[in-house]
Order: sequence, then C-alpha cells, then structure tokens
Amino acid sequence: MSKKQKKTLGRIVAAGVLFVAIIAVLAFVSVPGWGELALYLVPYFVIGGDILWKALRNIVHGQVFDENFLMALATVGAIVIGEYPEAVFVMLFYQVGEFFQSWAVGKSRASIAALMDIRPDSANVERDGEVTEVDPDEVAVGETIVIRPGERVPIDGVVLEGNSSLNTAALTGEALPRDVEPGGDVISGCVNLTGLLRVRTTKEFGESTVAKILDLVENSTAKKARKEQFITRFAKWYTPAVVIGAAALAVIPSLFDGAWSKWVYQALTFLVISCPCALVISVPLSFFGGIGAESRIGVLVKGSNYLEALAKAETIVFDKTGTLTRGVFNVTAIHPEKYTEAQLLETAALAESWSSHPIARSLRDAYNHDVDDSRVGNVAEIAGRGVKADVDGVTVYVGNEKLMADCGVDWHPCHKVGTTVHVAVEGEYLGHIVISDEVKPDAAEAIRALKTAGVKRTVMLTGDAPAVGEAVGKELGLDEVHAGLLPADKVDQVEKLLEKKSPGGILCFVGDGINDAPVLSRSDVGIAMGELGSDAAIEAADVVLMDDKPSKLAQAIAVARRTVAIANQNIVFALGVKAIILLMGVMGRANMWLGVFADVGVSVIAILNATRAMKTY
Amino acid sequence: MKKKFDLIDLDCANCAAKMEDAVSKLPGVTAASVSFIQQKMTIEAADGVDFDALMKEVVKTCKKVEPDCEIVLK
Repeated sequence: MSKKQKKTLGRIVAAGVLFVAIIAVLAFVSVPGWGELALYLVPYFVIGGDILWKALRNIVHGQVFDENFLMALATVGAIVIGEYPEAVFVMLFYQVGEFFQSWAVGKSRASIAALMDIRPDSANVERDGEVTEVDPDEVAVGETIVIRPGERVPIDGVVLEGNSSLNTAALTGEALPRDVEPGGDVISGCVNLTGLLRVRTTKEFGESTVAKILDLVENSTAKKARKEQFITRFAKWYTPAVVIGAAALAVIPSLFDGAWSKWVYQALTFLVISCPCALVISVPLSFFGGIGAESRIGVLVKGSNYLEALAKAETIVFDKTGTLTRGVFNVTAIHPEKYTEAQLLETAALAESWSSHPIARSLRDAYNHDVDDSRVGNVAEIAGRGVKADVDGVTVYVGNEKLMADCGVDWHPCHKVGTTVHVAVEGEYLGHIVISDEVKPDAAEAIRALKTAGVKRTVMLTGDAPAVGEAVGKELGLDEVHAGLLPADKVDQVEKLLEKKSPGGILCFVGDGINDAPVLSRSDVGIAMGELGSDAAIEAADVVLMDDKPSKLAQAIAVARRTVAIANQNIVFALGVKAIILLMGVMGRANMWLGVFADVGVSVIAILNATRAMKTY
Repeated sequence: MKKKFDLIDLDCANCAAKMEDAVSKLPGVTAASVSFIQQKMTIEAADGVDFDALMKEVVKTCKKVEPDCEIVLK
C-alpha cells in the first residue's frame, strides 16, 4: 500500500465512524435543521474536502467535466436539497471505491510486472583477473562475465568454460532445462541452474535478448486494440452527454409536474455515474494482462491489436521447412547414374560448399570431409533452382528439376519421397540424391488443436517438390498444400487466400523468420517461430513464438480469445449497468446509492475481471 | 527522438487519456502516449527540438490537466 493509499484509508475510517456516530446520535436527540447540517458537514469535509478542492482548482485550469467536479456538484446538490446523509454517504462510498480501485489496479500492475521480471540487476564481469559486480549496461562486447548457479544470464554470449543447464522458462514457457557447454550460446534472461559459467559477451546489454523482449512488451500497449480505441472515443463524448442529460432531467419533467427536488435528485444521480472510468481502465488492463499471459507461455505479442486479431484467426498459413518440419535435412538415398555413390555425393557437396541453404548443409554433413576450397570456383546461386559451380574445372549443376530442364539434360524423377537434388555436368546427367526432412513431433497435434479451436483453413506453402509437400500435408492433416513455390509465389498465394477469407476473418502466416519477411508483413498477423532469441524473427513478425513448437499457436489463440472475451464482458457489463441506472433515473426511480455502485462498484468488478486475463492455465 | 518517463500518482485512467491528448497537441511533439497501467509517458519529438525545454512545457501542461501526477525527469 502506498503512503497516499494509507492516508486515504485513515480518512475513510475516520469519516465512516463519524458518520455512523452522527446517525446514532440523531436517532435519539432532536436537533434543529441547521444543527443537523453542521454535524453532517464534519464527515463530509473529512472525506470529501480534497475532492472539492481539486474540483475548484481544475475549473480554474479549464477542466470542467472532471470526475472531481461531478462528484462535488452531485453532493453539494444533495446538500442543497436537504439530503445530507446521502451527500456524505455518496462521497464516502466514492472514496472507498476509488481506494479499492487504486489498490486493485496497483496489485494487478505489480503482478504483471512480476510476470515480466526478467531484467537482470547486475553482471559479474572479470577485469584484470578480478570479478566485479557492475550494471549490465556497463559491460562491453567481448568482455568475460561469470554467471554463478542461481543467477540470471545478464547478457547474450558464448560459453568459454563450464557446463550447466539453463532454465529458459521465463523466455519460452518451457519447463525442460537446456544444457550448455563450452562453445554454446547462452541467451540473456535464462537462469543458470547447476554449474559456474564463464561467458564471453557477444552483444551489449541493450541489444541482448532480454532487453529487446522487455522493450517489446513494454511498447506493446502503444499499439491499441480497436476495442481500446472505441472506449477512448466513447469516453470523450459520454461524460458531456450524461451531464447535458442531467441538466435536461432536472428541468424538463419539473416544468410539467413541479416536483423540482425529486427531479434535481434524479439528475444528481446522473452526475454520479457520468465518469467512464470503469471502461477506460478495465479494457486496456484486460489486454495488458493478456499480453502478460502470452509472454508467460513463451509467446510475444507486439501489440493489443495483434492479440485482438489472433483471437479471430480463421486461416492459418504455415511455411513448411523449419516451421512444421525440423528444418534439418538428412541424405536418405544416393542414386548415381555414372559415378559411385561417394563420388556423386562429393561432387554435390563441393558445388554446394558455399551455400548456406539447409540442403547444402546436409549434403556437406553427409560428405563429412573437409572441403578443399581450391577445387571449387565460379559459384552462382540460382534462386528457386539450385547452384552452378566449377568443380575441378568442370561446370556442375546441382539443383531441382527446373535447373535440369534449364540446362537441357536428360534427367528422371526419383521414386522416393523427399527432396530430390539432381546433379549434372555440362550436358550430362550424373544422378540424384534424396534428402528428407523430419516433421516436428508436435506438428500434427498442433494442427488438430487449431481445428478444434475453430480455425477454418490450414494451409502449407513450400518451395519443395509437390510429392514432398503432399506427403507432409497428408501426415499432418492440412487442408491445402501449395508446393514448388518461389518466395514471390508465396506472397501471391497469401494474397489469394486473403481474398477467400470471410469479412472480419484473420489470416495468420507462420514462418521461421528466414526469407519470410514479405509474407509476414503481407498477412494480417505475421507469426515468427524464432529459434530462441533469433533477431530476424523478433524484428519481422507481429507475434513471436519463442521456441520452435507449432503447438504453442493454439495455446496463444486460446489466451487471445479469453482476453477478448473478458474485455467484451467488461464493456457490456459496465455499459449495461450504467444504461439501466440512467433509464431508472429518467423514470424517476434511481437513487444516489445505486449511482455510486454503478460508478465505482462496477469499476472494481471490471478490474477484478480484467485481472483474470493474465492467468495462464 | 523518443523518451520515456515514469509517472508518480497517476490515479485515473481517464486522466491518463486526457494527459496524452493534451501533450500530443504541444508543438514539437510528434507522438505521445501515456500508459496508465505502466505509469509511463512516452514522448516522441521531431529532430532538432530542444527536449529539455519541451519537457518543461509537458510538465506545465500536465500540471493543468492532472495536478496530482508528477513526471519524473531523469
């Protein structure tokens, strides 16, 4: 509890005791009207003095429709028409509500903050043989830091010495620890569990994963959901409208029936409920809680608007390699036409020696010898086709069917399912190598979970051969598979799918963040499945799955839906209660006690409801 | 240039919205946002604007809108 809250609580108790005492005294002793007023004014000023003062000060500053002013006007009005206990009670209850509201908001803010409390306080840096504790900001790239068991990794780096396991739960929501050894990367935000590590930093603190994630989550509230924008716009005209309504209610019916004090009292009730605070707090709080809950399961959402969109996911488009499959290729068959198997593999591996493509890597892995660079020259990558290179002075073509067709050799397809890499030299077909990728263990379950969650269409796009794409699609139960696509074709496919979706439906694209940037930005929600801490993924996408599990997607959608449902409940509840009381006022049946409940009571309930959004199950 | 400031005793969400509105309208400010939940104000100003002088204006404006809330200038 803050100092200010304690002070308010003291005033509430004092005023409450006084109020009850006065009612008790007046039940036995009769005092003249002015005496009664004087008595009630004591607790009134104890509890409401600051509000009257603020109201006055704000009017001087030109802030008229301010909640202090409205409360002051409502209670002073009540005193003028002789409803003294009413005035004190309304003020008292208003303060109780405000107090509880500030406490509840403070509490949920604190628990959201704790949810994201992954900021390391210090780093132990080794300088001139001595270990000193410094602010992580002061550590330069290339310095050596020491991380003891139980400490949080402050800065991204490479392990120099020591073996340990790291708890990555704060980043990925994954309970299983990850083992590290010398030469391995460590990512800031993880907790070192077992052994002492000496780490050479590879980034500054500000560029490290933990700082980036914190920055991203903190800024996520800046991108407002449509519901939040609606609330802000609504709040702007709601208060003046209710005040004008109150003025009309005080005057118009009174002109007909002459019951001035009755209608003025009804109008004062209007004023009590004219603050839109319940809505203005609870809707953004729901979204913020939802973003907090997502980050706890290892899903970073870059804005409330994306959370809102995720809840309406209708079509989900997956990239294949690295997203639904592991992205690790293994050579599964070698079918030479001319050479021996080893020779064919050697030729292909040499030609691909400069390429960073996963297929090239797997060829080199299978070859498993050091590549002699002097044997390779004139390397040219041909997008969507393969590679052309001079090996031992002979031009070699390594790639897919299109490349073979281009160089006019007599090739033939392979009966085995997988990615077929054809090899040819100047006009002559040498044979092919089959490489296959493994489907991720949770991919099939992920697709099933999405279908259960009501996603209408699941699509896979791949640059791979149709046979491979279809085999994976069948295994996972996808609705559509489009294979043999170049990066530009993927954008076209996404555009076609965007046209097909229903109005208001959302298309999500899930990729591994590599070569996906155009598709990620073209789709409604771009989701990157980044290998933990991959910069490209964090930058390019709207939503980042911090580990490589596609099954996280269905969980993320469930959290998003619950968040939107809570925000909707709050909007309907707060507006509904206020509307009912306004209506009762128009019929001459409202009272101030109800009005105060509609204002602060509803706020508190809505805030408590909003805090449900940050829970994860 | 973009800077972030902590806010103390920002009590009501509607006041936060009003502060955001008022600060956004100041000359030199390209974007402003006040987060009630994080109790933070983010101000983005055009290049070449004297930020310290601008912050004085911001503090003055906020005092008018919400006198109880204090902006922590670092």
